Amino acid sequence: MSSGPGDGPRDGSATRLSGTVLEVRDLSVEYVMERGTVLAVDRVSFDLAAGEFLGIVGESGCGKSTLLFAVAQLLVPPAEITGGSVTFKGRNMVGLTDTELSSVRWKDLSVVMQSAMNALNPVKAIQAQFADAMRAHGVTSKTEIADRSAEVLKMVGIDPVHLKSYPHQLSGGMRQRSMIAMALLFTPDLVIMDEPTSALDVVAQRSLMVQIKELQERLGFAIIFVTHDMSLVSHFSDRLIVMYAGEVAEAGATRQVFDSPQHPYSIGLLEAFPSIRGPRVPLTGIPGSPPDLARIPPGCRFAPRCPKVMSRCTEAPPELYPVDGTLVRCFLHDGEGAGHG
Amino acid sequence: MATVQTPPGPGEAGGGTETAQAEALAPVASAGQPTGLPLGGGGGITGARSLRRMGRAITSNRKATVGTALLVLFILVGLFPGVIAHDNPQAEIYPRSLSPSTQHWLGTTSFGQDIFAQVVWGTRPVLLIAFGVGLLATVVAMMIGVAAAYLGGGWDGTLNVITDVLLVIPLFPLLIIIGSYLHGAGTAVMIAVIAATSWSYTARQLRAQALSLRNRDFLNAAKVRGERPLYIICMEIIPTMTSLLVAAFLTNALYAVLFSSSLQFIGLGDPNVTSWGTMLYWAENNEAFQTGLPLWIIVPGLCIVALGAGFALLNYAFDEIGNPALRPVRSMRRARVQRAR
Amino acid sequence: MRFVLRRTGFFLLTLWVALTLNFVLPRLMPGNPALAIIGKFKGGISPQAVKVLEAQFGVGTHQNVLAQYFSYLGNTATFKFGVSLTTQPGASVGRIVLDAVPWTLGLVGVTTVLAFILGTGIGILAAWRRGGALDGLMPPIFVIMTVIPYFWIGLVLILVFGVKLKLLPYFFTYNFSMTPGFNLAFIGNVAEHAILPAFTLLITTIGIWILTMRNTMITTLAEDYVRMARAKGLPGHRIMLDYAARNAILPNLTGFAMSLGFVVGGAILIEEVFNYQGVGYLLLQAVGNDDYPLMQALFLLITVAVLLAILISDVATAILDPRTRGAG
Repeated sequence: MSSGPGDGPRDGSATRLSGTVLEVRDLSVEYVMERGTVLAVDRVSFDLAAGEFLGIVGESGCGKSTLLFAVAQLLVPPAEITGGSVTFKGRNMVGLTDTELSSVRWKDLSVVMQSAMNALNPVKAIQAQFADAMRAHGVTSKTEIADRSAEVLKMVGIDPVHLKSYPHQLSGGMRQRSMIAMALLFTPDLVIMDEPTSALDVVAQRSLMVQIKELQERLGFAIIFVTHDMSLVSHFSDRLIVMYAGEVAEAGATRQVFDSPQHPYSIGLLEAFPSIRGPRVPLTGIPGSPPDLARIPPGCRFAPRCPKVMSRCTEAPPELYPVDGTLVRCFLHDGEGAGHG
Repeated sequence: MATVQTPPGPGEAGGGTETAQAEALAPVASAGQPTGLPLGGGGGITGARSLRRMGRAITSNRKATVGTALLVLFILVGLFPGVIAHDNPQAEIYPRSLSPSTQHWLGTTSFGQDIFAQVVWGTRPVLLIAFGVGLLATVVAMMIGVAAAYLGGGWDGTLNVITDVLLVIPLFPLLIIIGSYLHGAGTAVMIAVIAATSWSYTARQLRAQALSLRNRDFLNAAKVRGERPLYIICMEIIPTMTSLLVAAFLTNALYAVLFSSSLQFIGLGDPNVTSWGTMLYWAENNEAFQTGLPLWIIVPGLCIVALGAGFALLNYAFDEIGNPALRPVRSMRRARVQRAR
Repeated sequence: MRFVLRRTGFFLLTLWVALTLNFVLPRLMPGNPALAIIGKFKGGISPQAVKVLEAQFGVGTHQNVLAQYFSYLGNTATFKFGVSLTTQPGASVGRIVLDAVPWTLGLVGVTTVLAFILGTGIGILAAWRRGGALDGLMPPIFVIMTVIPYFWIGLVLILVFGVKLKLLPYFFTYNFSMTPGFNLAFIGNVAEHAILPAFTLLITTIGIWILTMRNTMITTLAEDYVRMARAKGLPGHRIMLDYAARNAILPNLTGFAMSLGFVVGGAILIEEVFNYQGVGYLLLQAVGNDDYPLMQALFLLITVAVLLAILISDVATAILDPRTRGAG
């Protein structure tokens, strides 16, 4: 059988698809409300190569989840994409209707949400929810559906007998894994994950992350992983984007961003995570709070809280400047230009 | 929901997870509140602050404005009927069954009474009952609901059963039976009887909200300070529930208007009082339609609808204010955004 | 199953409360009013009937209150409700009530189910298509619809369709001159007489369903699992029905049962206005004549009917919502 869900090499070769699988250019998202317009995402751009693991981190309200849903074309009013493009496998998805998107959805691009308790339909058994997705994409044979459902559950380490269970009958970790299994039904090229581990305890978090990483290496899909927990994702991601107030603050290879952050915000974030080893240092946080996105200040958005603020930081907003292979939105680095991104 | 004549759902409404929307809208309303205005930051929100917020909310929502305007109109008419209508409503001194004219704006009844005067003077008894029952029923509902939530355990169970039983027994037939035993008793008795049978619906709502407050930090702080339960209930919990209490008052007042008019229509009201319901009773018994006096029936009925609408619109507006998702949305613009960048 | 058992227990408890209310109320009122009435009619009633009334109302009896209570409960369990005092003096209450039940069942039963189905359907559609003038205009209209007194709208409809336009009949359940029988002419006549009362009941009750379904649906549509269904590329109608409506209807079902109390109240008034010979009309006749035994039997009947409907909707909820089934 040459066509069926989830076809693709399972022999460990990490790239079925080579090249760039996703190009986001100047994506902007606004929330249109009575009290004004809130610019939640401001001209964000990035590329994603096939099989790459991209982590997007930032504090609550920075726009990372909005960005995620915008990429997946899952925004609901009052949120709207107001600019930019999202080119997935060569096709711009912005502006397409749900019907036009349905051929791509789940087969090539799937989504994992934060809380499986809320993301799974409470009145349908797991099996039925898997079947829904498969039937929507032309798989009608009952045996095929049953086989594939069992297969994906085994992939995440769940006994297929739980297919008959309802979401509320499973434990939190199992629910989360079933959601991931569901996302892999067609072995998509890109899986978008919105804080899938935040609802779990620390031990379950790590085990789930390991499993995700292992699945990724085996099946070769790209991941965009949104979280507020920078230290967690940095163990697994290839590249890291740090977001602040709707903009990209810093972007680059994980090791580089994590080991030597350049943006004062990233530095502050990392210093806020105490290390379990190493010398005891006083815990420093970042004073203040993020700006109100309905009234964005002129100049750099981080300026009010920045320990290294200069006078010109409040006059004009900084662009992204390349620094040793990472991009940093900070005037401290606009004079240095060595190397390309 | 605190909507008109709406039966309560099975307890609290479930809120979603922190969606991307919630991220961006954090300073605004809180999702997941069953009804009433958002609670804001928890402990310490005094009654005065809630009221001020309510005032602002009312002026901005059209339904609330219309509802308030209607209520104010009727209250004014009820307080100063003599200013508008100069005739004695009960005096049977005019020619019978007259059509509307400049002397009798709505004509006269088949007993020779001025209909317009009756409508105007009939406002006061209706308002008395509405506010009387509204207050009484809300107080009872508050005491029972909050006590059940706060005391918990066996008390909660018992009070719950009582509330549920009363909720299920058909109230109107019960009122009819009690009314027939108490034939011709006065307005005060009617207020007491209606209040005694209709508190259960709002008691459930108040209990639900009190439950959600029970473990909030400001209450634990009060307990640790050594305050007695009665103090905590009166000075900490109840002021926080101001908006829901107002909603409960409106609901109970609305029920009172409808119930009492219906009872009066059947003939179980106080025969000495001219109110809209009793007008309808006499009108129907004298075949107003067939004898060409349609206004005798139409106008009092319209007043009931208008007064009821005042309460109901205000109540519904509170629902919308508390749950922004229910507000009317602007038409969705298909995202044909291709601004060249 | 435990869920259903619990609900049945609650049902029985409420029934018991209703029975006890019936027993206690006349005794609480100043100068037991039943005394006077029954005394007036005692002559024309059979001795067995008197016994039943004694237990029920404590009239001229030699038993103490507690004994009366148990006799009363026993009588009720064996369907001995006494006799009517004034409506049809001496006739068994049970018989009179039974005659009226089919009319009410037909009118109220059919109309309520219709209103629920239509209202829920409209509510679902209204929530699915947000935006535009209708979305902002509709809720206030329906809110106002829910505060219109049932009896008043009936009167207005009579005025328009019955008196002015002379289109439809509005008095009694069928034309007096016809003899009841299972023939087409009679049934047609009955249907004709039922149009106005049914329509009145429909428009007064449908508003609630539309509103609550719309609001629940809107809240449900914001849930993550609906967004997930979109992400999976499911077709629109499947999302609307299988994911949104199936979840949104659950609180509505519970509400349906709870609101039956109001529907019943409305039905009583509507029957009165249209002289429709159903249970509600009978109740008001009994009230007007101080026919206490009949009144109380009717109250019990109505309560039982409402409880039954609630039980049925609870079972339906248990079937539709796996979370209520408890186990696991």
